[in-house]
Amino acid sequence: MRRLNNLFPFTKQGAHSARPVSSIPWRDALWVLPFFLFIFLFVFLPSASLLSGSFQDKWGNFTLQNYLDLFKPSILSAYWISIRISLASALGGGLLGFMMAYGITVGGLPRRLRTALLTFSGVASNFAGVPLAFAFMATLGRTGLITVLIQTLFGINLYERGFSIYSFWGLTFTYIYFQFPLMILIITPALDGLRREWREAAQILGASSWEYWRRVALPVLTPSILGAMILLFGNAFGAYATALSLTGGFINLITILIGSQIKGDVLQNLGLSYALAMGMVVVMAIMISIYYLLRRYSERWLKI
Amino acid sequence: MKRNLRLGLLWSWFWMILGWLYFLLPLLATFLFSLRAKKDTLSFLAYERVFKDPNFWKTFAFSLEIGLITILAGLVLIVPTAYWIRLRLPRLRMVTEFVSMLPFVVPAIVLVFGLIRVFSGAPFYLTNTYLGTNALLVAAYIVLALPYLYRAIDTGLAAIDVRALTEAAQSLGAGWPVILLRIILPNLRVAMISAAFLTLATVMGEFTIASFLVGIKAFGPYMSLVGQNKTYESSSLAIISFALTWAFMGFIQLFSRGRAEAAPPGAH
Repeated sequence: MRRLNNLFPFTKQGAHSARPVSSIPWRDALWVLPFFLFIFLFVFLPSASLLSGSFQDKWGNFTLQNYLDLFKPSILSAYWISIRISLASALGGGLLGFMMAYGITVGGLPRRLRTALLTFSGVASNFAGVPLAFAFMATLGRTGLITVLIQTLFGINLYERGFSIYSFWGLTFTYIYFQFPLMILIITPALDGLRREWREAAQILGASSWEYWRRVALPVLTPSILGAMILLFGNAFGAYATALSLTGGFINLITILIGSQIKGDVLQNLGLSYALAMGMVVVMAIMISIYYLLRRYSERWLKI
Repeated sequence: MKRNLRLGLLWSWFWMILGWLYFLLPLLATFLFSLRAKKDTLSFLAYERVFKDPNFWKTFAFSLEIGLITILAGLVLIVPTAYWIRLRLPRLRMVTEFVSMLPFVVPAIVLVFGLIRVFSGAPFYLTNTYLGTNALLVAAYIVLALPYLYRAIDTGLAAIDVRALTEAAQSLGAGWPVILLRIILPNLRVAMISAAFLTLATVMGEFTIASFLVGIKAFGPYMSLVGQNKTYESSSLAIISFALTWAFMGFIQLFSRGRAEAAPPGAH
């Protein structure tokens, strides 16, 4: 790229020497149409199809019953567990990721650690699904390394105390494995953007470290943190493979419910399963709306 | 002041060590476990068994092939679009950015549900044939990879002066195929390689979509099946899979010379 720019340094100054790019509208269409056609076919059409199916009963008549059925306790609890695990793993992973990113940016840890951490985060954030489930079975399963270690060191049997890899906490700990590396990757650039001058200015004006974070750094970082949290939430909320191979389907997550519904009509009602799927989209849409509201609020706060 | 600084450093180290333990302990546990296939002694027996399994290689090759086709098709679809929007239709940028984030709102399990509903029946009947099913799988993977494919390409385009390059090439008499293939593509090499390996890392072990469309033909469902029957082999598969992801990310680092690229949300 640089080589080409050097070959034609004059082009940077202006377009006077170049022929104007042709302006036939169909040519524009020709370039971007395949992409939008693809999106229409493989994103829009499937979503629209589920949406329309969710408003139909068994005979194809319009109905709202499917959405009313979502409020059955068994289905509501599936959404609720999914949302709770997503929130917990996003908060836990977000906190750990933020603290580690803090360490390698403003925290003053050695430079080499930074490169290593970023590389490892790139790998770990992509290490998910079936193999991650296997890894955590070997770690926190009934005979897992940590389970046995805690048993021998402290004499505490985690499984007798109610912990299980198939439970809320087991799944949350597993999800955190891909959550916090993602947080590191997202938040490190934002932390890099904190200017040293701001901290010095705050200190000169007599601010304590806590006051600096509370009133300068955190407000500046809030939009990035919120954006990252939304990403982490969605990451966990849509997770299916990890949960399925970890629990064998024994946990009542919304993704697992939908999965068993696709395999065979377990609920005896296809319309309801379309509504289940649309419900996930609605939850994501709500989360993103909350994100935009919070962001606007935080930015307004920033201006004052 | 100095005490504060030292306290801060201690604080940083505390989280750093905690985080590294989180990273490494599961890997260590899995590795140790994978060595215990033979009774009372450590061995690589589980790995041997995995590598001797013809299904391992078959599913691996299948997923690799699908991954490569996904990369190729995805780039063919996205590069011209992103290029043209940068060059001529900047107003559409908001639209494509929004569209490329959509897969994030529609989780993989919902996507595959919708795809099956639309394409298994009239008028497409894609799932009735081998080719049709695989094409649908590729399409689904392009959708899945869209957020970071598009972003990687668009950032790559932002780093070069698209307009100047295009006009220079035009003034020298180049046509569109030449401009795209010989001017734009070489300049996007790093961006495309990053996008390609990220896609590969996602597609190789992908389970959700593969299990519903092609079943145990793909690597992800194969791993899952092994996990149900064979304990030690599954840990060795986890280690192999981790090494694979590591290799893909390593390639990105190698080609982009250390520029850290934010990874996208994958399909978990």
